[in-house]
Formats: sequence, C-alpha cells, structure tokens
Amino acid sequence: MVKTYNRIELIKGSIAQVKAEGVALGELAMIKTRDGRTTLGEVISFNHDKVNLQVYAGTRGLSTGDQVRFLNKSMEVSYGESMLGRVFNGSGVPIDNGPELMEESVEIGGPSFNPVKRIIPKRFVKTNIPMIDMFNSLVISQKIPIFSIPGEPYNELLARIASQTDADIVILGGMGLKFDDYQFFLNYFSKTGAMEKTTMFVHLASDPTVECILVPDMALAAAEKFAIKDKNVLVLLTDMTAFSDSLKEISISMEMVPSNRGYPGSLYSDLASRYEKAVDIDGSGSITIIAVTTMPGDDVTHPVPDNTGYITEGQFYLHNGVIDPFGSLSRLKQQVMGKVTREDHGDLANSMIRLYADAKKARDRESMGFRLSGWDQKLLTFADMFEDKMMSLDVNMDIDDQLNLGWEILAASFSPNEVGLKQQYVNQYGKWKTDNNG
Amino acid sequence: MQHAETTGIIVAAQGNLMTVQFDGIVRQNEVVFVASQGRKLKGEVIEISGNEAKVQVFEPTRGVKLGDKVEFDKDLLTVELGPGLLTEVFDGLQNPLEKIAAQAGYFLPIGLYLPPIDRENKWDFTPSAKAGDIVERAYFLGSVPEGKIDHKIMVPFTFVGKGTVVSVAEKGSYTVDNVIATIKDEEGKVHDVTMIQHWPAKFPLRFGQRKLPTEQLVTACRIIDGPFAVAKGGTFATPGPFGAGKTVLQHQISKYADIEVVIVVACGERAGEVVEILKEFPELDDPKGGKLMDRTSIICNTSSMPVAARESSVYVGVTLAEYYRQMGVDTLMLADSTSRWAQALREMSGRLEEIPGEEAFPAYLASRIAELYERAGVLELADGSQGSLTIGGAVSPAGGNFEEPVTLNTLSVVGCFLGLSRARSDARRFPAIDPLISWSKYSDRFYENGDDIIKWRIDQIKIAQKFITESDEIGKKMSVVGEEGISMIDMVTYLKGEFYDACFLQQNAFDTVDSATMMDRQNEQLTLVMNILNKKFSFADRDIARSYFLDLTDKFIQWHYTPHKTDLYNEKKSEIKNLIEGA
Repeated sequence: MVKTYNRIELIKGSIAQVKAEGVALGELAMIKTRDGRTTLGEVISFNHDKVNLQVYAGTRGLSTGDQVRFLNKSMEVSYGESMLGRVFNGSGVPIDNGPELMEESVEIGGPSFNPVKRIIPKRFVKTNIPMIDMFNSLVISQKIPIFSIPGEPYNELLARIASQTDADIVILGGMGLKFDDYQFFLNYFSKTGAMEKTTMFVHLASDPTVECILVPDMALAAAEKFAIKDKNVLVLLTDMTAFSDSLKEISISMEMVPSNRGYPGSLYSDLASRYEKAVDIDGSGSITIIAVTTMPGDDVTHPVPDNTGYITEGQFYLHNGVIDPFGSLSRLKQQVMGKVTREDHGDLANSMIRLYADAKKARDRESMGFRLSGWDQKLLTFADMFEDKMMSLDVNMDIDDQLNLGWEILAASFSPNEVGLKQQYVNQYGKWKTDNNG
Repeated sequence: MQHAETTGIIVAAQGNLMTVQFDGIVRQNEVVFVASQGRKLKGEVIEISGNEAKVQVFEPTRGVKLGDKVEFDKDLLTVELGPGLLTEVFDGLQNPLEKIAAQAGYFLPIGLYLPPIDRENKWDFTPSAKAGDIVERAYFLGSVPEGKIDHKIMVPFTFVGKGTVVSVAEKGSYTVDNVIATIKDEEGKVHDVTMIQHWPAKFPLRFGQRKLPTEQLVTACRIIDGPFAVAKGGTFATPGPFGAGKTVLQHQISKYADIEVVIVVACGERAGEVVEILKEFPELDDPKGGKLMDRTSIICNTSSMPVAARESSVYVGVTLAEYYRQMGVDTLMLADSTSRWAQALREMSGRLEEIPGEEAFPAYLASRIAELYERAGVLELADGSQGSLTIGGAVSPAGGNFEEPVTLNTLSVVGCFLGLSRARSDARRFPAIDPLISWSKYSDRFYENGDDIIKWRIDQIKIAQKFITESDEIGKKMSVVGEEGISMIDMVTYLKGEFYDACFLQQNAFDTVDSATMMDRQNEQLTLVMNILNKKFSFADRDIARSYFLDLTDKFIQWHYTPHKTDLYNEKKSEIKNLIEGA
C-alpha cells in the first residue's frame, strides 16, 4: 500500500513536514518536485500525524504542492564487487556516469559490534611510508586521524596510503571536498591503478549538507559487509571536521541546544559510533580507519580534534608537509613492532627518535650562535639525513628496507657505541664497516 | 505497587525519546517495552504529564511507528543480584554479552534481553540461619562459594519488617532458582527465598550503619599510596586529557588494588580497551590466588553502544558493588569515564528541552554526580562485620581543561583528586599524576587511626613532598637565570626533588616487577629515598652533582626492576647504599 501525499505542511532548514500515518522513524521518502526532480528524505521525528522529513538534497526549491511517497525501507547502500572502481554521492547515487547498482543493499548505521567478539589486534598494516610503518606502525582495525590544518597535503598523504597499502579494498569517504581535491583523488587512483580496488563516496563542498553526514555511514556500511566476507578494508575519511560542521549546522537549524562552540552535545557519540566500526573480525576480514581532521586555528583543544583524540587510537600530526615524529602516536604500535616486524624495529625506532630530539636541540644551539661540539655536529649530520631520506612523504619502501635505511643513516652519522642500541642488534643489523666497528 | 495493566501507544517520537499516551497508572522511571516490528525495545519513563509519558528508549529506535503498542512493566530499572555475577561481562542494561554473542553472533541485536545470571549453574549452599530465627532484610541465611568470595545469600532487600525463618535448605547443591529458605513476615505470609533478588539500580543499596573510612586502600601504585592515598570506602577521581594515561592507570588499579571484588564500568569509551581486560584478566594471576577475572565483573557500554544505556551502566555497576559490600566484602568500582556518562545525561536533557546549565549540561548534573559518589562508603552490617565500597571515576575534560562542569562538580564531592597532566605525560613521567595539583583528604585520618609504621610513612612523605614544590620553583627559576644563576644549595634541592620524582613517584606500568609495588617494598624504597633527601651533600661543582644524582637515579630504577627479596635485589640495594655513604 503505497500512498502518495500531495501537500507539504512546513518547510524549514532541511526539514519538510507532511501529514501521514503508519510511517516509521528512519523510513525513507521520495519527494517528487513539480519540475520533475526527485530527492530522498528520511523520517527523523513524528508527532501524531505530523511527520518531519530530513531532505537529503536540502529544501531549496521545494514547494508545498510536491509529492511525497514513503518507501517502507530505511536508507541503504548498494553493495557488491561491482561497486569497486565506482564513485557515488552522499545519497548513494552514482556520479561517474556509470549505471545504477542493482545488487544487494545494506542498511546504513547498523548495529554495533559485540565487544566480547572483538580480538586484540595484532596484524601489521603496510603503508610503505617510513614515518608511519617504522615509527608509528599501524595495526589492522586501528582508527587513527591525521590532525592537520588547511593547506597541508593531507589528501595527498591519504591517496598515497591508499595506493601503497596492501589492503584488499579501499573505501574513500570524502566530505566537503573541493572539486579540485575530488579530481585529484580520481586522477591519482587511476594513475596508480588503485581505482580497481577503490570505491568512493563523495560529498562535494557545494552539495547539500545532509548528504555530508551520510558519507561515513555509507562508506562504513559497505566496508562492514566486505569485512564479514573476509576482506581487509581500509576506510579513508576526509575531512571529519566538515562532517562535524554539518552536524552542527543541522542541529542548530533544528533548534537543539548547542554544547561547545555550537556543536551538538552528542558530537562525541556521533563521532564514536563511526570510528568504532573499525574492527578485526576473528577468522575473517577487518576495517581500518584513517581519517583527516583539520584543526581550526591549529588548535588541538577545538571540540572536533579534542573529541576525536578521546575516541581514536592515537593520531598523526601533519605539519609543514611532514608527519611530526614527536606528537604523533600510534597506540597500537606495540602490538606489531618487533613482533610481526623485525626484532630490532622497536629499539631502532626509539633510538632514532631520541637522537632526532637531541639533534633538534643542537639545531637550536646552532641558530642561537653557540659553538657546536663534535657531538652536535654528528647530530646535525644525522638530522639532515633523517629528514631528507625518511621524513619525506614521497618515500615508498618496504619496512625491511626502511629498517636498513635507518641503520645506514646511523652508520653514516655516528659510531656504533654512540647510538644506544643493543650490541646484538648492532652486530646483526648495523651498517658499519667492520674495521670501524667498536 | 498493585494496579491494573497499564497500556499505551506511541504518539510522538524523536531520536530515542518517545511520547506515549497511556491509560492507567504509570510510575516515574518505570520500565516500558515498545513493540516495534515484532521486537520489544526496552525503555524508561522519564517524564509524566496528564495521560502522556515521555519515555527514553535504550535501543536504536529506527522503525518505531505512530500507534505502536507500549507495555508498562510496573518495575523500575532493576539489577539482578545473586551468585554468578563475577567473571561476567554485561552491557549497560545487565545483558550478559557472552551469551548474547552465543545467540546472535558478531553484532548486538536489537531487543534481545537475556537473564544476567545463569539459571543452570549449581552452587554449593551452606546454611547459616535455622528455622525460628528472627531476621530482617539483608540478614544472612547462608552462603555459597563464588571464586574466593563467601557469597552470602541474604533475606531479600525488599522484605519489610521482622520475619521468622520457617525453613532453610540443607547443605547441598542448588540452582539460583531453587527455594533455599522460607520466611514468615509480620502479617503471617510466608515468602520463598531463592539465591536471586532484584534491586532498582538508581536507589542506593545500603542496609547497615555507615562508618568513616579509616583504612587505606593499597593500590600498589607508589604515587597514590604515598602522597595521594585512597581509603577503602572512599572516593577518588582521575581527570586528564587524552593520551595522559587514564585508562592505563585504571587498569593498573583494577589489577593490583588490595581488594576483594572489582567492578569495572567501561562507560562510553573504546571497545578495544575492554577487550584488553577481557583477554588479559582470565590469564593474569590474582596475588591472592586464582585469576584476576575471578574477582572482576565488567559492565561494558562502549562508545558506539546506545547512549541511553550508558547512563544506566554506571548505576548497574555501582549496585553490583553495593551488593557485594552488603556481604561484608571490600569492593571497588571503577568508572571510565564519568564524562561520557554526564554527556548521556546532557543528550537526554537536550531532547527533553530542559533549560541548559553550563556547557549545556543539565542543571542537576552536580546533584547526580554527588549522589553517585555518595554511594561509596564503609558499612557496618547487622552481624558486626564491615564491608566497603570505593568508587574511582575517570573524567575526560574537554581540551584537558579542568575548569569544566564535570571535573569541577566531581572534585567537590570526592575525597582524593589524582589530576593527570599533559605536561607530565609529554615528559614521559608516568603515571602522569601531577604531584603539584593532586590532593587527598584521607591522610590525616589514616594518621589518627594508624600504627607507628603508618605514622612514620605519612611524616616522611610530607617531607618528601616539600622537595617537589621547592624543586619545581627552583626549576622555574633555573629556566630564567640558567644553572649558573642559582646557588649550590638550591641546585642540590632541585636534584633531590627530581630524584624523588623519578625514583618514587614515577613507576613503569609496563615492567612486570615495577608495575605493582606492595607496601613493605614501598617502605623499603621510601627509607632509602629519605636517606638521600635528608643527607647533606657537598659537591665540587654542578656537573659532579648532576652526574651523581643521574647515577643514583639509574641505580634506583634498576633496583625497581629486580624481583622482590632476590639476591639481585639485595645486591642492587647495597650498591645504592654504598653510593649514598660514599658521597
């Protein structure tokens, strides 16, 4: 029994109200405008027979005489192998001029994973970027944001991770993307051949606000489906601050009481319910999430990065085009460093970071005009090599090569007894020429 | 509460807030079930006006329709109590998550509620009461062994007035549903008693005389047991920014605290952290025998689980802890994080369109926090024995700034404040409890009631803490005028303060030995530390002083890593002694 309603009673913000009965919370409605456009809306509340619809494409141009038809289902995303290589908007409609998907569909925002079925994550994610693999290793099922500021190459970094990783499937959720960034992703993925294993859900900055909120749900619902079918999925979300700003816009237009800087009181839960979809399923696939959070005013105490930090398992700081080795932290790295990777990994990484911290101080002394000791000179040599060969985001090499490179840099800068590493590792992996050893 | 069946229908819905038109009698906070799409969704009445009630539903509400039927349960949200609560993992409504997983697989199904306590398991009951005994509620009738706990079976907490025991089951093996006693009340009605009973989660469960907490709860964490001691039956809060190590600290306390029962409430935090407890505790040995999991029960309502059930999870946890206290057991409830619980209150308050207080938290936030912490305490029971409930809450202040409503309201009601600071965690000084801002109100009481060792300890700690404040001031001065600008005496004081910080206040949670330090070892360490702090050193120059203390610190830390009372331990200790005497 599909009934069509021909009268919209109220239009405000992204909300349209119709009088209808027998309608469920979360149900989808199709709105057909008088000029022939169709758009979807979702029931977000009702009071007796007054049903409020949140219109995905926004209410601009909607008229009181438009047709509303309830679809007796909630928002779904099509799912299947054929979605790889495709691009969809925030409503799940293809925007790459390809055909509509006619496969199985999954409800978005499904139930959460039972905590007792989770396992302790212990599988290494290769990105082939030394500042990640070597110093803050990612682990399957980890959720981690890149904290950055507008103007930094965070999208380039995501694209690089997507094409260098060994994940089976990459799902990119773009929120508030500029058209240029969108084209950049498309071109990059096509060029590197990563597009074959990639699906994109894209909300452009000019698209309706409501669609922005749907993007992570779409991406994660599809990811979950793949994960259950034994695929390791990497979900990339950029930019979660745009997502949060959309939540803010909608909640304020719905007259909800804001909590901090205008964001809704539920911001933490809204972010957590998305990030917590990251999971390593025992005996099956997994979801790993890398997100971008741009920090307004480079302020980490801003509500979006602050709430994110409480939810995610660490963070990468992207500053001046490099991943900052000091503030960045992968909370799960201990699970794989030296266990899955080579035994010297953890000690070598710690030692290099410690030396780099000392080198920074030496550089300060140099810039203040102090006379530099021999040790300071060595530190400076080390810092230059480290920055040049390892910190650059363009480096693409396997973890074992990264470790060897680390030893080479140490050998070129210091003598073996100066690096504070176990003798056993120095003997086995060190790159010092034998006559120079000891 | 006898009244005819009350029924209702949904007339309005937004998010998880429903308006129900009802017919009959409705209680505030009564449990309801909304029949939607063949499922029953649990909810709670939170506002009543005329014949309309506002109901918050604990589950995702997608699919709820106008006119859906609502059943009223007559009961408030209750917690099921009885043997078999320990080692279990429950959600915020006390659903057993392992059993849910066995039935429903990977995901949490909507509208599936299972009995929290296993009905099949048999328990060895030993009676302690006999026919003819005059009893009141919470009197012991007998007990069953649950792990190391002598789990008392009590006269139901809802029993009114005095009763006469008619019969008690013989020693033997029973399920929780078997009648193990019958009791006649003052009106002559005979009640069956099983091992199970129910208690409304939001009411304090407390039968007995409240006492002041005077005994220290040893946590095996030096900075807590030293300057910022916690009392058995007391309260403490650990606010801190993300990455400061709140959760590691809470896990440490739940592992090593000298306590009989631990209830861990994972409230709105990462699911991965609960998994660590779930996988580790069954493997780890409890110092008192058995495995850690045997003394632990976990209430787990992680951040992606329904927000409304996050509010109740804290009450479920505290009720479980109170139940064990009622048996004369020392219990500890740890809630991580109470900020997420407060946010759940805020979300609901916003939907009810209440006038918001500071940062949109409801005006009753302060009283809710106070009510919760007031459920801690020492209780003298009818038979003269004592039980205690200690509550520790983690707080996650926005931006790490303690000047926010949840932190401020918590600090005004707790007995001990363990403030974690970003500066300390950045400097890798763990636990990152800041000794300059933290405080405990219990030390004076321990001093009054303590023996000579306790008095000695408290006196020494007071002296040592002075070095921390002085050292901090000198350090600040040094950063302005440089090392050359301060006197040699100040330099030594500064180094002594840094030494005390590094060798007593800091502790390595990832070293198997150092992670937990029992009291006798702590006292040995403190004795040596005090030898150094009290000694008058004379150094030729600052570099010599600095390298002396660096060496001392290194030796001390090596000593921390040696297993207690081994040869190596004694060897390291005498090395340090020699170093002190040689200076």
